Amino acid sequence: MIELIKNPNIDFLGKRYIAFVLSGILSILGIIAIIQIARGSANLGIDFAGGTSIQLKFEKPVVLHDIRLALEGGGLKEFDLQDLPAENKVLIRMKKTEEELGRVAESITMILSQKFSDNRYVVDSTTVIGPKVGGKLRVNAARATAVAVIGLLIYVAFRFQLRFGVGATIATFHDVLAVLGVFFIMGKEINLILVTALLTIAGYSLTDTVVVFDRIRENLKLKQREDVMAVMNRSINEVLSRTIITSTTVLLASLALFFFGGEVIHDFSLAMIMGVIVGTYSSVFVASPIVLLWGGKRPFAKK
Amino acid sequence: MKKKILWRPILIILTIVLAFIFFLPNTPVFQYMPEWWKDTMPAKGMVLGLDLQGGLHLVFEVEGDRAVEITTERYVSTIKDTLVKKKLSADVSRSGLNISINPSTPEIRKAIEDNYPTLAPVEVGGKLEYRLSDSEVKRIKDNAVDQALETIRNRIDQFGVAEPTIVRQAENEIVIQLPGVKDPKRAIELIGKTALLEFKLVDDEAQVAAQLSSVLLPGEEENFLRQFAGKIPGDDEILFERRVNRETGAVMKIPILLKKQAVLTGDLLNEAKVSIDTRFNEPYVSLSFNATGAKIFEEVTGAHVKKRLAIILDNTVYSAPVIQEKIAGGDAQITGRFTMEEAKDLSIVLRSGALPAPMKMLQNVTVGPSLGRDSIEAGKIAGIIATIAVAGFMIFYYRLSGLIADVALIFNIILLLGAMASLNATLTLPGIAGIILAIGMAVDSNVLMFERMRDELRAGKTPRAAVDSGYSKAFWTIFDSHVTTLITAAVLFQFGTGPIKGFAVTLSLGVAINLFTALVGTKTVFDIINRRSEIKKLSI
Repeated sequence: MIELIKNPNIDFLGKRYIAFVLSGILSILGIIAIIQIARGSANLGIDFAGGTSIQLKFEKPVVLHDIRLALEGGGLKEFDLQDLPAENKVLIRMKKTEEELGRVAESITMILSQKFSDNRYVVDSTTVIGPKVGGKLRVNAARATAVAVIGLLIYVAFRFQLRFGVGATIATFHDVLAVLGVFFIMGKEINLILVTALLTIAGYSLTDTVVVFDRIRENLKLKQREDVMAVMNRSINEVLSRTIITSTTVLLASLALFFFGGEVIHDFSLAMIMGVIVGTYSSVFVASPIVLLWGGKRPFAKK
Repeated sequence: MKKKILWRPILIILTIVLAFIFFLPNTPVFQYMPEWWKDTMPAKGMVLGLDLQGGLHLVFEVEGDRAVEITTERYVSTIKDTLVKKKLSADVSRSGLNISINPSTPEIRKAIEDNYPTLAPVEVGGKLEYRLSDSEVKRIKDNAVDQALETIRNRIDQFGVAEPTIVRQAENEIVIQLPGVKDPKRAIELIGKTALLEFKLVDDEAQVAAQLSSVLLPGEEENFLRQFAGKIPGDDEILFERRVNRETGAVMKIPILLKKQAVLTGDLLNEAKVSIDTRFNEPYVSLSFNATGAKIFEEVTGAHVKKRLAIILDNTVYSAPVIQEKIAGGDAQITGRFTMEEAKDLSIVLRSGALPAPMKMLQNVTVGPSLGRDSIEAGKIAGIIATIAVAGFMIFYYRLSGLIADVALIFNIILLLGAMASLNATLTLPGIAGIILAIGMAVDSNVLMFERMRDELRAGKTPRAAVDSGYSKAFWTIFDSHVTTLITAAVLFQFGTGPIKGFAVTLSLGVAINLFTALVGTKTVFDIINRRSEIKKLSI
């Protein structure tokens, strides 16, 4: 029998204050990110901000600077360029096109066909989103996140007890905030795909939490006289290897996606990788301490 | 005990066979199957989303306010007719969405209110005006969207796209999905063109007409109009003719003074088709009117010989020839240096009729076919690598039991693909990501059971007892952890657009199927191993 850690006996809950500092920082990052998104100063994807993006695949390697010069020469302003040099691909984004949707894409392709007549390209994808749609999607995403979190809170509170539901929900929020915050700091694009990843993380991070809570509940019922903190600590130690292993398998799948899944879901996989790691950490260091700190009468005490 | 075990392998094998049958159309094997198979067995399978097969996703907003404006304008001219018939003289004009009638004597008011029940009186600055009632406005807007939907359907049918989706969304939006379209720009133009065809008389008699003769470059129109604002007669308007130099290709704009009121519009068309002008070997669109249209055309041309009649499409004058004689039969043509494609598309939009109001594009997501192909390839590779990595890890950590979990994992993937195919679900790129994540999550249930079995073995139980209680005690943990993922997947399904819906579908199906394989599948294998004789040692 291969065992990850033989009979671990780590005082997880004793280290809760260190964890709270770390988690606090991560959560604050996430909250800053949300404020910036609401103010519109984060790197919002065009699906949220509205605008035009075009991805081109050239036959031969291109230098971004040349494209920038060509587009500026053609009278375009305020665009972002990004390249995937391995595949001669270039992504051009322009935000907040109020009028004449579609015209921007047309003028970009026209300018580039003229300037790069010796290096032909195909249009991989074009996305044009009106500002009205962007606003609607932003509201939808926020609402979806709220609905998901409330749904999870109700389910866990129903299956365990309110304090477990609250602990699990705060831990889930923490995971979502942490990943969002890190993405924000990295200057990554905040778009619909990221929101999808965040919601998936919210659902999956609960898997670990449920495993830990299950054992805590079982042991609390069994050992009515033992100190609650000691029971919880022992429970976490008992299920430690399985929470790590379940996360590892999903982590392996996410890594495969990250390295081989292609450019379009690169950021999605990155978010999943971070989310799985943070989710495992939070079930031990966020969800459980909150249940402990809840106070009041002993959970699952026999009457 | 024996009986209880028997039905489970049968159930498992049956579902696997079913999954294979459903998934077969998505594999190259399907084309080699005999005819009777293709006829009787499922033949559709999974559908590739627009992001994987390439194509267009468009959202248009029908400008309902414009439709109301157009209807109001129409009311103005019929009210004029009504008043003339009743021998009442009054000045009728439109200001915004209101119709003002001056003077509004009691007789005129009565005439309006008797004949036009859909008009409601409103007080504007102490003056009486009329506007369309709220219910009528709502009906017109609603109608405009339905009509636009019908027109777009017609156009796309004639353009020729396999399996288009054209649906109404919310109050005034139309969503159009065109998979596999090669020339997106052309398709967008074809759909978005209002295609309002009008015939208007040129007003060469007005004094100001002589001053208009000038040639403008594109972009100079607005300045020009401002210059003449207020100088042209009230019934007239200035539109521009677009002329292309045959040699240089340079575009020029020529202003023309026209009578505002159209004498004939495209809704009386009978047919529009492409013909070739033999002089320049250039395509043009020939039009023929229906009986009513032909009669009006004959009357108008008869009454205005030696005057010019302009042919106008979406407020651009295409030509303004002089009427040489009365034209019977109702044939006309639109020329304008078209390419063959342009002429063909123009005939399509004219045949399928004008949109009731202009449309504004809200969203356009176009994916080229090569990106989709690359994505599928990348998805396959990532899927295979994920499977190998996860399966390898399970064998390394849990030995023989890990192998059993891996068999369940393979079943899981087969069932997932089969279920997707049986539902004819749409596979999107995030959907592929969902399948791969499901691979990682699929073994989680087994991990939870195995760890529980290890707990039981450590507590000194026999292997068989450990297996049994491992399953029963891990059940609720597994159940709870799956439900939480299902809750978020359900939310994603509700809120997501196409690609993300695809993700929600694969993830939730993956999780649900996983519950089945974990609780029925692996348990069966353990039971079969355990059945004959009590094994001494569990490889876990």
